[in-house]
This record gives sequence, structure tokens and C-alpha cells, in this order.
Amino acid sequence: MAETATFEPKIVGFMCNWCSYRAADLAGSARIKHAPNVRIIRVMCSGRVDPTFVFKAFSLGADAVMMAGCHPGECHYIEQNYKAMRRYSMIEHSLKQLGVEPDRFRLVWASAAEGQQLAEAVDKFVEDVRKLGPLNWHANLAESDERLEALANIVKEHEEALEVLP
Amino acid sequence: MSQAAKPKLAIYWAASCGGCEISILAINEKILDVAAAFDIVFWPCAADGKVHDVEKMADGSIDVCLFNGGIRTSEQEYMAQLMRRKSKVLVAFGSCASEGCIPGLGNMNTREEIFDEVYTKSPATENPQGIRPQQETNMPEGKLHLPMFYDTLKTLGQTVDVDYYLPGCPPEADNIWKAVTAIVSGQLPPKGATIGVNTTVCDECSRKRTEKKIKAFKRTWEILPDAETCLLEQGLLCCGIATRAGCGALCPQVNSPCIGCHGANEGVEDFGSRMMTGLASVIDSQDHEEIDRIIAQGIPDPIGTFYRFSLASSLMRRKKKPADSAPASH
Repeated sequence: MAETATFEPKIVGFMCNWCSYRAADLAGSARIKHAPNVRIIRVMCSGRVDPTFVFKAFSLGADAVMMAGCHPGECHYIEQNYKAMRRYSMIEHSLKQLGVEPDRFRLVWASAAEGQQLAEAVDKFVEDVRKLGPLNWHANLAESDERLEALANIVKEHEEALEVLP
Repeated sequence: MSQAAKPKLAIYWAASCGGCEISILAINEKILDVAAAFDIVFWPCAADGKVHDVEKMADGSIDVCLFNGGIRTSEQEYMAQLMRRKSKVLVAFGSCASEGCIPGLGNMNTREEIFDEVYTKSPATENPQGIRPQQETNMPEGKLHLPMFYDTLKTLGQTVDVDYYLPGCPPEADNIWKAVTAIVSGQLPPKGATIGVNTTVCDECSRKRTEKKIKAFKRTWEILPDAETCLLEQGLLCCGIATRAGCGALCPQVNSPCIGCHGANEGVEDFGSRMMTGLASVIDSQDHEEIDRIIAQGIPDPIGTFYRFSLASSLMRRKKKPADSAPASH
């Protein structure tokens, strides 16, 4: 993995409208320096994050995924971030069995006032993912070059078999 | 003359168990109606026929092909391409062809790992010379080839263009009959549709449902469920909440939780995601450690539970391969 030195992780971050997205906003307006690797997708609530979103991000080439929401007990929608917490555990449990390193998927709580904390969490996450290298799920599904040759051999052998038929 | 006017039917199998073929016969005496309505031109399981007979047919000359099984080898991929070319309507028949099914769980391993198990490690294997199938063998008469075994099983839809999907492991006789009559009468649903109902097993299940709050998931051998209450409420991991209906809730009726053989409901991209979302909502805890414990203890095999029938067609499709076996990245 010679490219690790220049490897910039692509991270998808699902952030809730009421706390963590505002924390990211605050980090920006306060000009806090942090790694630019997290592509933020604003959702109304961390409870909106469906496992489909997470698996889709990984399968389309994300190196890591972050879920961020209001602190437990402070959800704008009363208790949906607890659902997010339980979904996170479910997804984490499944990703582990699929061989995806636990450091590629992280849950972060950040209130609207915690721009600094969110920026630090992002920096730490990017560092951890950088150490792991690219996930590159496409390569995991790539078909071997020998496949086309094997397919062509079937056609050839069928033609040869027909030659000996009466 | 009437013989020649009959529409032509082909039935083929790839990586499957043969249950789909049996399910076709389970339509009982109606099979005679099928035989009366169709000219069966190719059905290796039940009638003699050779691949070169199909190769010689004109493209598009078969009216309907029911194709069951996933695509695990190059030979199966070749047959999928051949049947696609020769058929006007290609139906992915049953769970294997539609979503990968049990053979698709092989995507939790690589070809090397599967061969290791089958040809070396399994206790029933006696193979002191360590013989493995070779794709190519040199013989005095020339080179012989075996089909290539793929690392990742593909569904029929991931291999060729599919017109319709028929869910179920195996499909129900009623639904097969419905599909066949729809095709015969020309009342075809839009291309790419799954022929079946658009609701979940819960809607066909007669058990009483109230609010679900679960502190622990139970395995089937751990409890004797009562016959009235929703199985999920009793802690059994029932997949009825995410599974397409059409079976009549056969399993929950006999105290056995749904395992999801009918696949995802309409509009769902990833069956396992629906299960995870659903179950996460009913776990009765707000403590992260306790949640982790409930999930780890109650669901020891999440992929085998959430993707038992659909791993090959899920968003992730397989387990991550070990670094040394993955092809060079691009």
C-alpha cells in the first residue's frame, strides 16, 4: 500500500440538524482548524440515519462513516437519538462480521455549543482511518480477469464437443 | 398444428438446491395445465435436453424461461447469458436467482476458504494427495477445462437483464400459478417487478400484537412460545416485520419465527437494514453497554440472521476479503 502516505480518507458524516450540524457550523464560524475529510450530510435527527445509508456509503467507496447527534437526553425529538444509539450498535455488530474494522464507523455526540469537541473528534477519526488505509469496497467485489477467459473456454469446448457428435 | 402454436417454456437451474423444481411440481395437477399451455423445450431436471439444442435455437425463440439458482461458476454465467439471449421473458425464479439465498452466504468466505474446507479440512474428506479442482488440465488429446468457481456469488439480476422476480425459498405454488397464468394471458406487470404481494408477513400473521419492548433476544430452543402473542414480543427474532408476505405466515403459525425466505418487501434496497432498524426500535434500553450486550448475546450471527437469504444482493454483498486475496485496487 504505497499510496498510504498520500491517502486522504473519504468519510461520510451524518449530522443532526439541531446539535452536531450546528456544532460543525460553529467550528466553521469560529475558524477552528480541523481535517477536511468528513463530507457532512445533514439529517433532521440522528434517529433518521437508516442502516441503509451507512451500508450504501461504504459500498459506494467511503473509507469510514460517522454518525453524530445530540447528547443522550437532549434530543430535539425527545428520544430518537437513543434509537440512533441502538442502530449504531446493530450496524457495528454486523460490520464487524463483514470484516470492516471497527475504527471505520463511529458515533459522536456533540451539542450545538461543542464546535471544538466535534472538530477534535473529526481530527481523531481521520487519523485513525488514515492508519487503516483505504477500504475500497469496489475492489472487494471486483471480478477476476480470468473470468472472461473461462467464459470463452466454455463456448470453445461446446464447439469442439459438437464436432464429435454424429 | 396446435402443438407448434404453443408458447415455449424453459426451466433452468444454477446454484440452487433443487427445491424450486420441486415447488413447480407442487402446483399438483395444474402441472398438466402448464404442459397443455406450454411446449417445454428445456428442463434438465425433468426432461432430457442438451445445451447445444438450446444454442441452436433462434434468439428470443423461448417465450418464458424460469431460471432458479444463483451464479457461482462461469458455466452458470454462460447459461444465464444463453437463456437470456434465447428467451423473450426471463424470470428470476425463487430466492437464489433473485437475491442469492443460502448459496449467497458463501460470500462470507473466499473461493480458497471454501475449497480448503471442502477438499481438505472437513472431517468427511479423505484427500491425502491434496487434490483440488483445476480449471485447466493438459491431456494427450488437448486441454480440458472445468468451470471457474467465483469468489463472490452473483444473483441472476447482477449477471443479466431480468424481466420478473418470483420471491420465495421456494416460491409458493399459488404464486407460481399466478405468475404463469399472468404470462400466458399477457397480463404482465411492469418490467423488473416482483410478482407477489406488497405487504409484510405480519399482515398475514394472526398473532396478537401490542407494544414491543425487548430486554433480551431468545433463541428458539430457549423458550416455549405461547400460541397467541407476537413471537417478536416474546423475544424470538422473527423476520416477519421485514419480509414480503405471500406465504400465509406459515412459520409463525406453528410457533416458529419467520426467517425471511420471501425476501424484502417492495421498495426495500437492503433487507438486513430493515431488520436492524426494526429491532433497534424495540430494544428496551437507553444504556449503550447494555444495548451492546443485548445485541451481542441475542444475535451471535448478525449476517446469517439479517441476510440469511439476501447477502449476495445486499449493499455490501460479501465479507471483506483478506488483503492478499483481493485483486489489485484501481
